[in-house]
Amino acid sequence: MGGNRAYLKGNEALAYGALEAGLNAYFAYPITPSSEIPETLAKEFGNKKYPEYKFFLQAASELEAINMVIGAASGGARAMTATSSPGFSLKQEGLSYAACMELPLLVADICRAGPGLGNLGPEQSDYFQGTKGGGHGNYRLIVLAPASVQEMALLPRVGFDLAFRYRNPTLILADAFTGQLKEDVEFPELSPEQFDVSGWATTGAKGRLPHILNSLELDYQRHFKHIGRIYEKYRQAQEKEVRFEDYRTEDAETVIVAFGIASRIAKGTVNKLRSKGVKVGLFRPITLWPFPQVQLKALASQGKRFLVVELNTGQMLEDVKLAVGDGVAVDFLGKWGGVVPTETEMESKLRRLEVVAA
Amino acid sequence: MSQVAYTVKLGKLDSLSDTPTHYCAGCEHGTLTRLIAAAMDHLGIRERTVMIDSVGCSVLAYNYFNCDHIVAAHGRAPAVAAGLKRVHPELMIFSVQGDGDAASIGLLELIYAAKRSTPITVFLLNNAIYGMTGGQMAPTTLEGQVTTTTPYGRDVHLTGRELDTSKLVAAIDGASYVKRASLAVQEISSQRGKVYTIKNILDAKKSVENAFKVQALGGFAFVELLGTCSINWKLPILEAKSFVNERMVKKFPLGVFKDTFGVEKQ
Repeated sequence: MGGNRAYLKGNEALAYGALEAGLNAYFAYPITPSSEIPETLAKEFGNKKYPEYKFFLQAASELEAINMVIGAASGGARAMTATSSPGFSLKQEGLSYAACMELPLLVADICRAGPGLGNLGPEQSDYFQGTKGGGHGNYRLIVLAPASVQEMALLPRVGFDLAFRYRNPTLILADAFTGQLKEDVEFPELSPEQFDVSGWATTGAKGRLPHILNSLELDYQRHFKHIGRIYEKYRQAQEKEVRFEDYRTEDAETVIVAFGIASRIAKGTVNKLRSKGVKVGLFRPITLWPFPQVQLKALASQGKRFLVVELNTGQMLEDVKLAVGDGVAVDFLGKWGGVVPTETEMESKLRRLEVVAA
Repeated sequence: MSQVAYTVKLGKLDSLSDTPTHYCAGCEHGTLTRLIAAAMDHLGIRERTVMIDSVGCSVLAYNYFNCDHIVAAHGRAPAVAAGLKRVHPELMIFSVQGDGDAASIGLLELIYAAKRSTPITVFLLNNAIYGMTGGQMAPTTLEGQVTTTTPYGRDVHLTGRELDTSKLVAAIDGASYVKRASLAVQEISSQRGKVYTIKNILDAKKSVENAFKVQALGGFAFVELLGTCSINWKLPILEAKSFVNERMVKKFPLGVFKDTFGVEKQ
């Protein structure tokens, strides 16, 4: 795919993006609407174009798949799995262990409607589970939110780089809409960044002391220090790795804050309203964690008001409110259950907020 | 005393660290640790062996085996082993799991590792109880056996019969080597008072080495080892050994359940 253009579904683009990023091993469990990812990677397994792609296996459960990813990542491999919301709940055990063991691995969650089985429509309701830790204990995932098929293709590379740079699991959190959407996509030539894993990977203790990848530490003081050190990595990630798109916010009086498919619709709304002379812009977090807190705070300090649009009942909303602080107007437009907000709805919401003259 | 005897007779093993184990007196985990390390030394595989430590009494094994380790979540050791083996097929990978870990919460991971003929070695130490958590009922707890969650004895009408893990794994096409051995010394009749034979342990030693050989041949190897938990069984050590040899072996008969590569005969 390198250097080529293609017309692909978001999920297919994500699979090819992972291959372009030097994927070594993929462990699958089918779940709608993410199954095109394992299907594409099953089809491409053995393709000589991807000599680094050494293993594909369909596991017997979500738990088995994430634990196989843990095993492969322990060996220093670029290992990955993908799932959708009910399956993502099952991944939490493994992600908690992997974070404590400081394992670089990549998970994609193509978020559908929940809770429970919900339905197959798009939601962004795994925001809390993805950005706040999700499993037990003190940890974070690095969370990337693609808003187009093009980004589905590019973010696996970023995801693996961040996972290995910080030795921490990375999550690509996409909605079912972006996973199923079909768009033109370009694959740039990539030469994935190489990371030295020889200091920690469990590849056999030949001529060195044993490597022990472990989340157990019975000594309270040592565990206190271990988690403190992990949080120091997180602090660095918060400083260096924040990614976002800032669209026509400079002179905007109102800024829509949205990610994923909600931001695509918001962008359309912004363009439409701008043509009518309404000063509205869009701020789109690409890293949901680390969250672009500083950037939002800066926009708030310019006296702007905010409308958060999400495919959930208001999850990122809490982080936006935290970022901008008290005394800043933050409104919310949410749709859930597989329902997607339209440009018209965004416009009428803004009208109710008296941003758009009636 | 036994440690002294080992030092004199067997010497220090490369595959063991100098850290004394935390295992209780009379517990066969110490014996199994020694047997596995001896097999690693004998086969010369220490430097390319990775142990997957499981949740249970053997969770601290990374302190004892002088090789690489991954400490897995409860029950997930075979899945972690499989993931690593697929990206590093040159490694020898084994897990030591308890009956709670492998036969209860991790049964799926065990069965599917066997189903796919994953070339790994799983050692199951069956002591009919959850040891580390303080003596609760395991799938292997015998009918009528008292545990903290079966304080009036295990009621098989409510909780089902004892799970024969070896029989279960052997029924799976993908499993290559399945054997049940015992790590409990056995009393033999003697005119000189109480005398114990280590015949069981010698047979277990052979099984442990075979289990690595089968992995090297590309097969899935599973060895279940019967052991005691005198602390949680609330029995003196030697009475606990007798419980294995008299009661447990009736439910869990020793022997080779499967040997596709014929390693037992070599």
